[in-house]
Amino acid sequence: MRTKQRSKKTSFSLIIPFTIALLVLGLSFFGSLILGVADISLADLYDAFYNFDNSTEHLIIRTLRLPRAIVAVMVGGALAMAGCLMQGITRNPLADPGILGINSGAALAVVSASLFFRDGNLTTFALFAFLGAGISAIAVYFFASRSKQGLSPLSLTLAGAAITVFTSSLTSGILIINQRTLEEIRFWLAGAIAGRDIQLVTQILPYFIVGFILALALSRQISILSLGEETAKGLGQNTLLIKLLAMVAVILLAGASVAIAGPVGFIGLIMPHGVRLLVGNDYRWILPFSLVGGAILLLNADIIARLIIQPQEVPVGLILPILGAPFFIYLIRWKTITR
Amino acid sequence: MKNPWLIIRFQKPPVSFWLDGRLPKVLLILTLSLLLVIIISLVQGEYYIAPLEVVKTLLRLDTNSDAQFIINTLRLPRTLVALLVGVGLAIAGCIMQTITRNPLADPSIIGINAGAGLTAVLFIVIFPNLPIALLPISAFVGGLLVAGAIYLVAWQGENSVIRLVLVGIGFNFMVFAITNIIVTFGNINSVSQALVWLTGSVYGKTNAQVLILLPWIMIFMIIAWIMSKELNSLNLGENLSIGLGLPLGKVQLMLLITSVALSSASVAIAGTIGFVGLVAPHMARFLVGNTHQGLIPVTGLMGGLLVVGADVMGRWLFSPTELPCGIVTAIIGAPYFLFLLTKSR
Repeated sequence: MRTKQRSKKTSFSLIIPFTIALLVLGLSFFGSLILGVADISLADLYDAFYNFDNSTEHLIIRTLRLPRAIVAVMVGGALAMAGCLMQGITRNPLADPGILGINSGAALAVVSASLFFRDGNLTTFALFAFLGAGISAIAVYFFASRSKQGLSPLSLTLAGAAITVFTSSLTSGILIINQRTLEEIRFWLAGAIAGRDIQLVTQILPYFIVGFILALALSRQISILSLGEETAKGLGQNTLLIKLLAMVAVILLAGASVAIAGPVGFIGLIMPHGVRLLVGNDYRWILPFSLVGGAILLLNADIIARLIIQPQEVPVGLILPILGAPFFIYLIRWKTITR
Repeated sequence: MKNPWLIIRFQKPPVSFWLDGRLPKVLLILTLSLLLVIIISLVQGEYYIAPLEVVKTLLRLDTNSDAQFIINTLRLPRTLVALLVGVGLAIAGCIMQTITRNPLADPSIIGINAGAGLTAVLFIVIFPNLPIALLPISAFVGGLLVAGAIYLVAWQGENSVIRLVLVGIGFNFMVFAITNIIVTFGNINSVSQALVWLTGSVYGKTNAQVLILLPWIMIFMIIAWIMSKELNSLNLGENLSIGLGLPLGKVQLMLLITSVALSSASVAIAGTIGFVGLVAPHMARFLVGNTHQGLIPVTGLMGGLLVVGADVMGRWLFSPTELPCGIVTAIIGAPYFLFLLTKSR
């Protein structure tokens, strides 16, 4: 009873922070359009949409910067939500699609698919990414649940690390044997959101939207599940069904992200923790906030990635571990996660 | 009794210990298998050289100049580097598992190899003109820095062992990403060298590299063996070791340095070859038990066997394309790691 009242109260007080978050998202999106190696003035930006004249600046905005910013929003939001769902259903604060091997499993599946389908389009690759993400998730769950401590943060992380090493070694093996694939896929593998054209974005968009809607629809159930399996069962929840649906959402979100941006890690780890500090434990707020927060994080990491060593660009997948790993260490060291 | 113990006793120094009765047999079988794999490694390749001819060339009985060139300057250094690296990584892993009392500890999982890798890449890419003999030292510094950082962050209070592995995984992610950034932006020639190195390979190793690696591995291997007694007492747990009069902090530090030195030197020469330090000690323990006087040599032989074997497999599986042996050991080692995880009830 008491928790219900409290969550009602917070529901209203969180509207303002959420509006602020949306504003920050807007600003970051805007920054992503104008910042970069090529200087874009505000007038150019306006004209590119309203008085398009085929100039270099306008082309850069419409064909490079805009798709890139949209990809950042989708992938950042999706990975943050996937991390949220995973942390909710496993009650493991270290869960993240990158750390638990789901991203690298999806990457292996995409690389294998590119061996067989020379001219595979993104839809084909996305299906393989979902398949790989699913198999990795099941494998990690299987091995971790069979360890001494059951599904503890330690066993899940260790199983995830092993699956990551295994799948990414197979991926490197395939790339070494098959040079052609390497040429096409090298940059993608580092985790990058540059150079995606708008058609690719629209091809993959439906998967993201289904994932987002499914995740948001589950938010209430995840809140209950995060109290513990026993409690959730006691409250009459079909925990198995909810877990399965949440896994479907994770696989859609992480798989689609990998298909378009390569294995980008750590967003799903950082964002939910940050959001929880702000909004508490109600997943009806955590999930939408994570969506916005993840998008903001990836947009800004991507801006850093293109500004840090001009005129070259660091794949954004390499920036995130440098920001995220210290946070991971912080969680382990100072949050007494390990019993 | 199925496995009679061998009891070894010395008057001076006053040391005695039990060894598993299987030890001589295991040592003999491992040595023979290792010799066999080494011969295969020398025989195999684009240019086939008959085993008999290989042996003759090695003993300098045959003066066929082609065979001599291929074996002495191409295949032998490569095989020897694989052997030394295997020995180094395996013993490093063995020590690490005993100090942390964690069967899943391995320098490649907890970021120490990645640290050695980072400084080695820095060395190759940024200071390409420095003498290559300094490479193991720079890698050693990197490995030591990461080990020190992990120690500072993780080793406090109870349950530090679990935290140590997790913190190590965190460092591994971070250091690896930094290394990758350097690789992405360095000078292209040194980078391609660094890339081959990053996947862990013994391709194109020279006699010079054998000579750089040899003293490091030999010296620290002997130190590890001399410290067997201390390792044995650490097996009993920290409290009991202190009770036995072991200066615990000093011994742990010394052993940690030895372990980091062995793994870093290996990483400096051959790159990040993972899981050898995890798998070899386990197999060795399974064969000859927990007494380090016997365990360390068996672990070393097992490690050599694994890496030389992985290199042979990597060359043979998809020939003429070569898989670097680091990929082969990871593909074999990661499932083994998962197996250990599920078994450690």
